[in-house]
Amino acid sequence: MTHVLEPDALPGATPAVHAPLPPYDDVTRSDAAFRAFLHGLPGVDQVGAEARAAQLGTRSIKTTSKAWAIDTAISMVDLTTLEGADTPGKVRSLAAKARQPDPSDPSCPQVAAVCVYGDLAGVAREALEGTGIHVAAVATAFPSGRASRSVKIADVRDAVDNGADEIDMVIDRGAFLTGRYLDVYEEIVAVKEACGDAHLKVILETGELKTLDNVRRASWIAMLAGGDFIKTSTGKVTPAATLPVGLVMLEAVRDFRIATGRQIGFKPAGGIKTTKDAVKHLVMINETAGPDWLDPDWFRFGASSLLNDLLLQRQKLRTGHYSGPDYVTVD
Amino acid sequence: MTTPARPTPVFEYAPAPESRSIVDIAPSYGLFVDGEFVDGTGEPFKTVNPATEEVLTEVSTASEADVDRAVRAARRAFEKVWGPMRPADRGKYLFRIARLLQERAREFAVLESLDNGKPIRESRDVDVPLAAAHFFYHAGWADKLEHAGLGPAPKPLGVAGQVIPWNFPLLMLAWKVAPALATGNTVVLKPAETTPLTALLFAEVCRQADLPAGVVNIVTGAGDTGRAVVEHGDVDKVAFTGSTDVGRSIARAVAGTRKKLTLELGGKAANIVFDDAPVDQAVEGIVQGIFFNQGHVCCAGSRLLVQESIHDEVIASLQRRIGTLRVGDPLDKNTDIGAINSAEQLARIRELSDIGEAEGAQRWQPACELPARGYWFPPTVFTDVSPAHRIARDEVFGPVLSVLTFRTPDEAVAKANNSTYGLSAGIWSEKGSRILKIADQLRAGVVWANTFNKFDPTSPFGGYKQSGYGREGGRHGLAAYLKGADQ
Repeated sequence: MTHVLEPDALPGATPAVHAPLPPYDDVTRSDAAFRAFLHGLPGVDQVGAEARAAQLGTRSIKTTSKAWAIDTAISMVDLTTLEGADTPGKVRSLAAKARQPDPSDPSCPQVAAVCVYGDLAGVAREALEGTGIHVAAVATAFPSGRASRSVKIADVRDAVDNGADEIDMVIDRGAFLTGRYLDVYEEIVAVKEACGDAHLKVILETGELKTLDNVRRASWIAMLAGGDFIKTSTGKVTPAATLPVGLVMLEAVRDFRIATGRQIGFKPAGGIKTTKDAVKHLVMINETAGPDWLDPDWFRFGASSLLNDLLLQRQKLRTGHYSGPDYVTVD
Repeated sequence: MTTPARPTPVFEYAPAPESRSIVDIAPSYGLFVDGEFVDGTGEPFKTVNPATEEVLTEVSTASEADVDRAVRAARRAFEKVWGPMRPADRGKYLFRIARLLQERAREFAVLESLDNGKPIRESRDVDVPLAAAHFFYHAGWADKLEHAGLGPAPKPLGVAGQVIPWNFPLLMLAWKVAPALATGNTVVLKPAETTPLTALLFAEVCRQADLPAGVVNIVTGAGDTGRAVVEHGDVDKVAFTGSTDVGRSIARAVAGTRKKLTLELGGKAANIVFDDAPVDQAVEGIVQGIFFNQGHVCCAGSRLLVQESIHDEVIASLQRRIGTLRVGDPLDKNTDIGAINSAEQLARIRELSDIGEAEGAQRWQPACELPARGYWFPPTVFTDVSPAHRIARDEVFGPVLSVLTFRTPDEAVAKANNSTYGLSAGIWSEKGSRILKIADQLRAGVVWANTFNKFDPTSPFGGYKQSGYGREGGRHGLAAYLKGADQ
């Protein structure tokens, strides 16, 4: 990695709140050092990244592979509702669907988690008792992240207290885009601490970061700060989880594990609506980060309508004919 | 945590073969002369599927007399029909051919993969669409030649004798036939003896398009047939793509005659990766540069020049990426690397690789299972290669990459230009000013920046030094087929 001369580096300066894993334990020692590190990461050529993502999208996944991919994808879904109109009833019905996605077929795997706003985490926790399905809650003034740090931390604590064991936070894009990388980092560190035992997914909101270079830098900030997952989007901004963005983030988790030994998960969210999209993501994981990530512990789909399309395709493979939207449940 | 048994994280891709039932291969093929399929008078030869060694069909050999008939048909068509035809009408025929290539794209792609061994992903996504694009592009030029900047009233040369290689059978046909016809010439074309089938299917397309008889003639056969085409006294223009050795003998044969000549020959392209490169895309570009079409590409990036400071990182990344390449059945839609085109070519690749090892370079190949029958060679990387090694100088024309290092931009340029060839080169850097400066210093006909092996009919293609002369494609490519429009 590139290091530059750094005028404000003083011997014996107090280290940041949380030092990243070696060999990166000194990169957050100052704003200038962190900036130099992030801008020293290899650039991303957008045309090339898009071409590679498109090429991976041409893999032809048929028959037994398709069946495997569909079941794997179902088991990786974070079934999500994030509406102002969410109610306990809506969350309970989603939880029921999470436990048994296809009532006509008990062999259908259950999803990985249910994802709700923090105030409804308790309802979800109760409805999912004993299932092993995780309760994920969005926090930190989701989706904009525009609140003071103390409000964000309180938001996280509240969600954890309500029973969430996974927290989906948003990064401060304003700070990122003004170049205050260390602020972004320190906020993630603080949120991680507030999470306690809960897993932390860090949403980059790539649709607002715009460039793939920014996506790579934000991914590294989140991984260095101790995030357990990096996640593309809130689902409230378009574009959300595109394949080129996913490719760059998967390269980031791959490179981070090679360098530090620590594996970070990846969650694309928003805009993945069809089985075809889901399979393309699985192919991309398989050939970019590697098969170690083909597991709900390391990969999730943040989605709502995707599940029904997966179920329809699953029924099609099982019965040989297409059914229709009335053969899967509305959530 | 209690969860139902999870599927194991092994993502096997089930076979996804493209159906070969779309092609209908006849038990034998003749020549296409004067709008008709006729038997050749030479000894017929067999063409095989290099992935299985299965004989696909038997093809006529055109003797000198057959070639003479073809040239006479082309001359007649040039004088009576194609030459006098309104240029806009010539354009209509070319548009029609382009559309037919698109309509029959799957058929062409499957046949190409069967006869050549290249993966269907490439014949489907590259060869056939690009071939159609060449016809579309040149169709547009047919009635606009006066505005091409090649003189006020450019005139066709007459009969073009064209000899093409086996690595991109249909695409090379399109590169040759489309500009020749658009400029008002007629054609006698000889496809390679290991890959004649898509040219013969193209003959069928010419009939389907009602192209006047004699405008396109296809004569199959080996070296003797090619020589008869090139040396025929009534040929006005010779265009050849193939090996430097054959190119040299063609240049000798044509010397002193009135024939115009373009040669597109071998290469040993440098793909230069600087330490400020977008590394992940550079690795993709290295893979695309050398393993595209099994490395049977004259402009393949077969010499990787990587800055010493990032050598280990790039090689580790490259090896990991090569580990995901899928070698096998060319008709499987998930295959990345298909079969070597012939036993002869396979022997040459083996020989040069063995020499590389004997000279002290380190050979690396991924663990990959090769089919028992057919001609196969795994993707191969040689590190510790010095510019003095033969694998750094000779064209292997196979999936074999030689890795050299450099310390400074000057050294990169010196090493890149230290070749008897000069067809193409690649530069990988995020620094625009560096790319422009280096591109200016490289002695190569095509220089790609942050990409590799990208082709487009609007872009001229051709080489320096022993990579040949003349340009194909773009406005420059038209000049090779027009009187007084020397490039």
